[in-house]
Amino acid sequence: MEFSSCKEKEEKYRRLKEVIKEYRNSPGPLIQILHRAQNIFGYLPKEVQRFVAKEIGTSFSRVYGVVTFYDFFRLDPVGKYNVTICLGTACYVRGGWKILEALERGLAVEEGKTTKDRLFTLTTARCFGSCGLAPAMMVDKEVYGRLNSKKALEIIEGYRAKNE
Amino acid sequence: MNRRMPRGLDILICEGGACISSHSLEVEDELKKQIARYNLKDKVRIVKTGCMGPCQYGPLMLVYPEGILYKELIIADIKEIVEEHFLKGRVVEKFLFKSDITGEIIREKENLPFFQKQLKIVLKNCGTIDPENIEEYINNGGYQALKKALTELSPSQAIQEIKDSGLRGRGGAGFPTGVKWEFVFKAKSSEKFVICNADEGDPGAFMDRAVLEGDPHTVIEGMSIAAYVVGAKRGYVYVRAEYPLAIERLEIALEQARKRNFLGENILKKDLNFDIELRIGAGAFVCGEETGLIASIEGKRGMPRSRPPFPATRGLWGKPTLINNVETLANIPHIILKGAKWFSSIGIDENKGTKIFALSGKIKNTGLVEVPLGLTIGELIFDIGGGIPDGKKFKAVQTGGPSGGCIPQDYLDTPISYESLKDLDSIMGSGGMIVLDEDTCIVNLTRFFIEFTASESCGKCVPCRVGLQQMLAILDRITQGKAVMEDLNLLEYLAKSITKTALCGLGQTAPNPVLSTLRYFRDEYEAHIKDKKCPAKVCKDLITYSIDEEACRGCLVCKKLCPQEAITGERKEPHRINQDKCIKCGICLENCKFDAIKVE
Repeated sequence: MEFSSCKEKEEKYRRLKEVIKEYRNSPGPLIQILHRAQNIFGYLPKEVQRFVAKEIGTSFSRVYGVVTFYDFFRLDPVGKYNVTICLGTACYVRGGWKILEALERGLAVEEGKTTKDRLFTLTTARCFGSCGLAPAMMVDKEVYGRLNSKKALEIIEGYRAKNE
Repeated sequence: MNRRMPRGLDILICEGGACISSHSLEVEDELKKQIARYNLKDKVRIVKTGCMGPCQYGPLMLVYPEGILYKELIIADIKEIVEEHFLKGRVVEKFLFKSDITGEIIREKENLPFFQKQLKIVLKNCGTIDPENIEEYINNGGYQALKKALTELSPSQAIQEIKDSGLRGRGGAGFPTGVKWEFVFKAKSSEKFVICNADEGDPGAFMDRAVLEGDPHTVIEGMSIAAYVVGAKRGYVYVRAEYPLAIERLEIALEQARKRNFLGENILKKDLNFDIELRIGAGAFVCGEETGLIASIEGKRGMPRSRPPFPATRGLWGKPTLINNVETLANIPHIILKGAKWFSSIGIDENKGTKIFALSGKIKNTGLVEVPLGLTIGELIFDIGGGIPDGKKFKAVQTGGPSGGCIPQDYLDTPISYESLKDLDSIMGSGGMIVLDEDTCIVNLTRFFIEFTASESCGKCVPCRVGLQQMLAILDRITQGKAVMEDLNLLEYLAKSITKTALCGLGQTAPNPVLSTLRYFRDEYEAHIKDKKCPAKVCKDLITYSIDEEACRGCLVCKKLCPQEAITGERKEPHRINQDKCIKCGICLENCKFDAIKVE
């Protein structure tokens, strides 16, 4: 993200401004605007938070308070692929935590962090409702179910191979 | 699905979340290709539906008029089904369900034991109509209840009907819905709101997701009726960001409903103006609590506040607000249309109607089921759920999410009701049922729940913010074998204090898993503390892995997979585990074909 040119950046802020305009007549829009902002920028750096605060006429501290309250909002840039391991109860009792540990080792990255090559961000979820397929993980929007450590690592390798 | 094709076939493909994950979209594409190839376009109709229920066996395909249910389909299977079944009328038996007991093939959906004790009211359309097509909903009696409410019932009459039906909040607390509606109806204000709570945060619960994905109009209709009754002009659906498909289908449904004037100005040419806006959550469990949810819709940190005043008098932006859960609202059209008498004839005691349960964990048939209240826990787990897989023993069933409890074997005959589960130190909650077998460590699982609620605590009140952390520290000590017996008393004391003193529902119920497991599984806690043993062999600090040298064939599989290079040994010679290097990840155990890995 940080390599994007000035022009790209300007374009992103222009789009964000459009979004904020859309919500002009809708009360309490902050969280919805932040969702859209995160879609545009990939994450919510302080600069973007300040911009949102100014545009909707509130304080930066209030925006920052909201961003840090909710798990969904990210303060750091993420990798190309977002790998989410479900640790809901059903996945947990079926060994979801083993899959998390295996991927932490396999990708050499801690939960919540991004690999050095910026390819994968490893996160966990509270349950994405795929309990029938437990243990499950999601790579971006694709759900993979009935996993074990070996299968999960193979799936990740598949994504890595696409980028070589 | 409606107006079945004359002499043709209706092919229903499940496109609920779980089946999509099992690649039902690709199966649909292939089906379309094959149908075009054999020129069957005029003879068959493909309907994409919401969740059919037995998620474990997806992708599912249901073929009418006979109701033949195919399971676990892959792209390569489709050609054969088209050629044999659709062209020649010969059902392809190898893709059908088989009876666990007799091995007999089960052709029709109706004959599958999974469906036999179910009664689908809320899920009636789910898995039978295309959720993205309002016409199908209308042709199945959709929006008739709204019409009836607007033309035949006054708000007071509608409230009476809901009260008489005995419907109680399906979000978990079980408050009588009609009474809640009456509070909001009687509150005096120029502006009121209706909110649908679709922030289904309990892990192991996915019924609201299925309703929103499979039959979104029923929720919209329920909300419109509520708006008419309480006098609201604006409604919100607060839905989790984790459910992108539900959001997408809701957006489509809202647009269609507006076009057909089921939402908007002068709905059905009557004096009702009402519209609904979607609000997407951002991953905070506490927002399922109604005052937290309201704060979140207002664009704030989702921190609960003390009640009273209840949202019925002071809710969204300080105005009277009706908040109901998805499943509750989805019951409303049925009650209005068929009447309170019909609804209250289902269920037991003060528990009327049906409840949807999400079966998961160590159970054969995972998926979504709807049953009359009063069915026993055992019937649900063994008759519908098929019992425990892999020949393992049933240990307990965890109900009610992170605020619930674990119910052991002795209580399987208990009829399910709000009260009976509470008496067992658990709760109904939103309806998640996670089955545990002998390989689940109760202490480890309890620690998992407390870690969950501790990290989801909003931090506003001390008992929840600090107390749960302290409980977690004790549970950590127990699972690491570092605790003393005194710790159990402290744990219980803390649990009871937090229950009494926390500000909101999250804190007040967070200690439930501890209280319920201390009641039924105290011996397991004691084994961790006194004997430094984990009976289920889960807690890492209390187990060691070793290789049974007689069973080991020296196949090298575990040696290759071990991430720590802790396994040594040559081909065809017994392997050994170096205990200093072993991190107890269990990969060797998962992959050994000869049962040679022992855990003590």
